[in-house]
Amino acid sequence: MSGAHESVHLALVGTSHRLAPVEVREQVAFDPERAGEVAAGLATGGAEVVCLSTCNRTEVYVADPDAATAEARASEIFAGVIPSVYRLAGEAAALHLFRVAAGLDSMVPGEGEILGQVRTAFERGTPGALLDRLFRQALHAGKKVRAQTRIGESPSSVSAAAAALAQQVFGDLAGRRILLVGAGKVSELAARNLLSRGATISFVANRSADRAAELAERLGARPLPLDGIGAELAAADVVVASTGAPGLVVDKDAVARAQQERRGRPLFLTDLAVPRDLDPAINDLDGCFLYDIDDLEAVVADTLAGRRREAERAEAMVAEEARRFSAWHASLGVVPAIASLRARAEEIRAAELARAEGRLERLSEADRRTVEALTAQIVNKLLHLPTVRMKEAAVTADGVLYADAVRHLFGLAEDDR
Amino acid sequence: MVEALFWPALLAYGEAALALVGEARRPGWPGRAAIWGVRIGWLAQTGLLVAQAVGSDGFAWSSRGGALNLFVWLVVGAYLIWGCRPGFRLVGLAVVPPAVLLLGVAYADGGVRAGGDSLGALLALHVALMLAALAGFALAAALAALYLWHERRLKRHESAILRVPVPALDVLERLSARTLAASLAALAAGIAIGLVDLAREGGGVDIAMAATIAALAVYATLAGLERAGRLYGRRAARSTIAAFTLALLTLALAHFA
Repeated sequence: MSGAHESVHLALVGTSHRLAPVEVREQVAFDPERAGEVAAGLATGGAEVVCLSTCNRTEVYVADPDAATAEARASEIFAGVIPSVYRLAGEAAALHLFRVAAGLDSMVPGEGEILGQVRTAFERGTPGALLDRLFRQALHAGKKVRAQTRIGESPSSVSAAAAALAQQVFGDLAGRRILLVGAGKVSELAARNLLSRGATISFVANRSADRAAELAERLGARPLPLDGIGAELAAADVVVASTGAPGLVVDKDAVARAQQERRGRPLFLTDLAVPRDLDPAINDLDGCFLYDIDDLEAVVADTLAGRRREAERAEAMVAEEARRFSAWHASLGVVPAIASLRARAEEIRAAELARAEGRLERLSEADRRTVEALTAQIVNKLLHLPTVRMKEAAVTADGVLYADAVRHLFGLAEDDR
Repeated sequence: MVEALFWPALLAYGEAALALVGEARRPGWPGRAAIWGVRIGWLAQTGLLVAQAVGSDGFAWSSRGGALNLFVWLVVGAYLIWGCRPGFRLVGLAVVPPAVLLLGVAYADGGVRAGGDSLGALLALHVALMLAALAGFALAAALAALYLWHERRLKRHESAILRVPVPALDVLERLSARTLAASLAALAAGIAIGLVDLAREGGGVDIAMAATIAALAVYATLAGLERAGRLYGRRAARSTIAAFTLALLTLALAHFA
């Protein structure tokens, strides 16, 4: 009987945004494919390895029968960044992974991307029984936290806040028409956020026609010169402005004229530019809602405070998951003894049945099967409580003592360990 | 015995009203407590109405207190259709506290006892339709009030705006308009039945009926302007609330003064 699980140790070595600036993190950052290769390279001699590498962290999880070897393996890739490295083992390492999967260790608490990154790392790694269980439970913990708390519901960026606020006006954004003013990265980010919620980008207005055409093509929109904005305002539902213009690009009168044509349909405008592109007085118009960068940042700050409150509940949930994992891991220590005990019992049962073979020959096939089932049931019932008690004891320090006592009482061979 | 069902209803509505205030301050469990309070209160009040109906010879809610009792039940029932959804719970802030108050007034006015007048079927149907229409107008006004509150928060750029789940302005406006239209249909049907009953009894159009027809005219104008796109947003919400206040006062004075 193999005792492979009995002394498998879990080690974690890693670096993250909490300890290392980007110039350190980038030295050990890998894309998912390369992270899988790193894991495969370290997984020699029966070790289990998963390498999790994102823009905020690189962590190597190793399960190995030898604790020192496990840590040494996990440390291999961090040779150049040792001062920025943390090392955890056993339950602490498990708790850390559960916190990571739940987004509790992220720069923005509760961000959802990390769960997919943990899944990818797990799928590309070389897990065995221990890391398989650890990562599956981490993914479960991450999903549970998102389902049972509101940690991931609120927007964590200015562009997400703008989209969430547009939904406060229109509800479903499907089919809503967006007018982008400016063709820079900020505009594109905001547009992508709105697109992901079902909105349609109608026009991209920009001073440079080439850049407007380029972004419009990427977003499935039409390019527009800046002086054409007034004519298209009436058809838009959301305006996102982010140009580098030194003065106002859209004034109150232009929006007021458009509002007359709109027959009461609300217009939501976000001004992400500094200096501002949209006349602040637009917000005074009936049915117009104008948010500038400060307003949006205030909304984000408030939602982040809300996330932190939810994070307290989430911490309790992941701690419970870590305790469950720890109990399972500890129970592995008594698994060989339980397996030996059951094998010995089965051996005795089979031997006794063989001895009674002569007397059992007179029985019908059905009766013989009944005797077989009966004896198996007696063995199972007798061993059920000791099995449960040994697993319970394994969670505490008594597990090894119980296992030794069972081996001694039932005369289980030393090589059954 | 019938009155014994009044107290559970009042207590449950009272609990819901307090919980809704808590929900507005910090969303979460108070919202769930509120909606359960409304459900339990509404069921208790339903029991009360059934007991009144069983113990009465005629129409149990023809008195001022009785009509108020039935009106509260209809308003809360209509609120429950959407109120169970987290986004719509806060509509209850404009529904449940007034319901507690009105139910208390109904009790003080003897509206939770068995009894009542022996009305003809047509007149009973007329009263039921009028109360249903008024309940619908009350709900439309509650939705309009929530619209105004949410719109003001959006205009003021409140940083905590995403903390409290509230339906989008567009959704509130559409629901308010639809509720108003459905209530208008009930009001028109109620008036038609009332006129038929009056003609059968040989009576003429009295002050109560004239006031009801005036309310119909106000609401029909409102619905027409909304449908034509000439009344929308903030002004439409304010008009809905003003029309309800006007209709409530006029009808109450004309029928019970």
